[in-house]
Amino acid sequence: MAELTGAQMVMESLVREGTEHIFGLPGGANLPLYDAIPQYYPKVRHYLVKHEQCAAHAADAYARVSGKVGVCFATSGPGATNIVTGIANAWMDSVPLVCVTGAVISALLGRDGFQEADITGITIPITKHNYLVLDVAEIPKVMREAFHIASTGRPGPVLVDIPRDVFQQKAEFVWPEKVELKGYRPRLYADPAEVVKAAELIAEAKRPVILSGHGVIISQAYDEIRELAEKGNIPVITTLLGISGFPGTHPLYLGMPGMHGMYWNNIAIHESDLLIAAGMRFDDRITGRLKDFAPNAKIIHMEIDPAEIGKNVRPTATLQGDVRNSLRELNKLVKSVERPDWFARIEGLRRDHPSITVRETPDVLPQYVIQKLYEATGGDCYVVTGVGQHQMWAAQFFWYDKPNSFVTSGGLGTMGFEVPAAMGVQVAKPGELVWSVCGDGGFQMTLQELATIAEYDWPIKFAIINNNSLGMVRQWQQLFYSNNIVATPMRNPDFVKLAEAFGILGLRATRREEVEPVIRQAMEHDGPVVCDFQVKEDENCYPMVPPGASLEETVDLPTYEDERVEVTA
Amino acid sequence: MSQRDKIRPHTIIALVEDRPGVLNRIVSKWRQRGFNIESLAVGHSETAGLSRMTFVVDANTDAEQVVKQVDKLVEVVNIRDISAEEIVSREMAMIKVRVDAGNRSHIIEIADLFRASIVDVSSESVILEVTGDGAKVDALFELLSDYTVIELVRTGRVAMLRGSASSHPRDGHEEPERYEGPHTW
Repeated sequence: MAELTGAQMVMESLVREGTEHIFGLPGGANLPLYDAIPQYYPKVRHYLVKHEQCAAHAADAYARVSGKVGVCFATSGPGATNIVTGIANAWMDSVPLVCVTGAVISALLGRDGFQEADITGITIPITKHNYLVLDVAEIPKVMREAFHIASTGRPGPVLVDIPRDVFQQKAEFVWPEKVELKGYRPRLYADPAEVVKAAELIAEAKRPVILSGHGVIISQAYDEIRELAEKGNIPVITTLLGISGFPGTHPLYLGMPGMHGMYWNNIAIHESDLLIAAGMRFDDRITGRLKDFAPNAKIIHMEIDPAEIGKNVRPTATLQGDVRNSLRELNKLVKSVERPDWFARIEGLRRDHPSITVRETPDVLPQYVIQKLYEATGGDCYVVTGVGQHQMWAAQFFWYDKPNSFVTSGGLGTMGFEVPAAMGVQVAKPGELVWSVCGDGGFQMTLQELATIAEYDWPIKFAIINNNSLGMVRQWQQLFYSNNIVATPMRNPDFVKLAEAFGILGLRATRREEVEPVIRQAMEHDGPVVCDFQVKEDENCYPMVPPGASLEETVDLPTYEDERVEVTA
Repeated sequence: MSQRDKIRPHTIIALVEDRPGVLNRIVSKWRQRGFNIESLAVGHSETAGLSRMTFVVDANTDAEQVVKQVDKLVEVVNIRDISAEEIVSREMAMIKVRVDAGNRSHIIEIADLFRASIVDVSSESVILEVTGDGAKVDALFELLSDYTVIELVRTGRVAMLRGSASSHPRDGHEEPERYEGPHTW
């Protein structure tokens, strides 16, 4: 092969790795890379964002729904530091991402050159691995390794930092046949003895539940988790990121557990004698007070990351490996058991604590908006959310029957994710309906991307659950900070006019009967739409496990007079 | 955790790729948890391209989780906590002591007692070189505190397992596979 510049090598590597879409923003240090982009069009398409953080989030969401590695470009210094939140988000949620940043010329590295930031140093704790490439000939090998590391084992972000002069140097392009990394060999198959032990535990269990996490979606173990549930006759709870890994309307499906999970799930976990955890990590938002978590349960932990095993809970059986492989082996041994008492108990809990219902009020309840979205779409769409109350409601009041159709920022809890993530989803699924459920706070963190959305005419529908406040924080102030409301009410702009300024259709619903027509109108419109749902401002998100409490102490649905919750830290 | 483990600091050994930034990545995992590293020794291993590290961290440190996280680093080939194993561990120290005609012989006597060598002599000072486990170095330093110690430098502990087994056994290589394609129920 003829000699290529470093920039061409990056692009050539992307083509070889099957990258079709890049989100990014150019600047001084990565100009040579942008110079090479047109040569690779239309094999690789670049989308210009308005802020680099959104390039990373868009690539992140693209990766989640496409199953491919997301790619984003940023320049040195502020460009690179702007993607840090996006990288951290992908890191916490195990999303494969390759970020290529430009760096100042190699002679200026470490000398405080214009727009220099030590981005490899900064991102060490939030990347699976990162590279500073000083030899142009190494670019193909580095890019191949970056994709390999990002996409295998427990996926995660990898950053490749390339100085401007290295982009410009030339060398022969040598694509390595295979990746050889001495210290990186993810274990994919569980110990067969542990699989046998797990099957025995399931056969003996009287009150088992499956906790299905993001790992099930990442490893595409949809059929396998369903087979386990149906074969073993076991109810399924999905974590926030596990939502849409199991059919939402399946009779064995119970919904989400944890801080704002369904009441019956938290009690079921508390009373369970066997937790079958598949591709989840017992996050503190799920366990509540750890020492009182599932006191009667043995635990089967299916997990690819050895560092997650034994971190928060001690499993009785450990199936370390790809969760799909583990489930396949386990399913061979699982036998059907009737569990009438257990199902009767769960049904009783659901009947006596119907907290996931929408009250009849004259106001527009945020839950009502989500419910109407579900009815209007029939669940046949992708739902993207930010972080906060609207996110929890979108998890509680929508039943996800489409595999991998719920895209949310889980681990890092990044407000503002909802706007750029919707872009990534729409790029990955061009013909499909994408609803972005937004908080009014989060929406304003990244709304500049409406310009990007208008430019590329991505027909994303935004549903702003507008309560004129940072709702979840306000809820905590109300409940745990003596109702001292500080810095959470907001005077929002006119979102309809704002949308129009970007050349996007804006719609508003202020009354209950306007909600459904607005949703329909938005869906009938060909292009992007921003819907401003002005909801009851003081509505709170329940059920709730108060911070520091155990799942058993879940507050179901308080009446508004006795809303004050006693906190035991 | 046995009683013995509780009172002994953790001795952790790692085999890592010899590349820029590796030390930064590893140390970053300890820093994130706010754990202090008591000593750290790094040098080449028996294999070209691989370095060997020995960490010592406080006995009260919850090292297990950090060890697992360090093991995940791409450039870390192997890491293990060998505190509870049968090991040989040594460190070397140099101690510069102020001497005069009156006490030089005392210091040399102490050095002999500890099988320390005198590696530098001037009219006003000597440098003692001592090798042993940490306690031996501590004991020598303690004895010398009756004199004027100008400076002390310690290499930090290095350790390996007793017996013929390698401290870093290499396990088999599993080829990761990728799953692709759309999926429906």
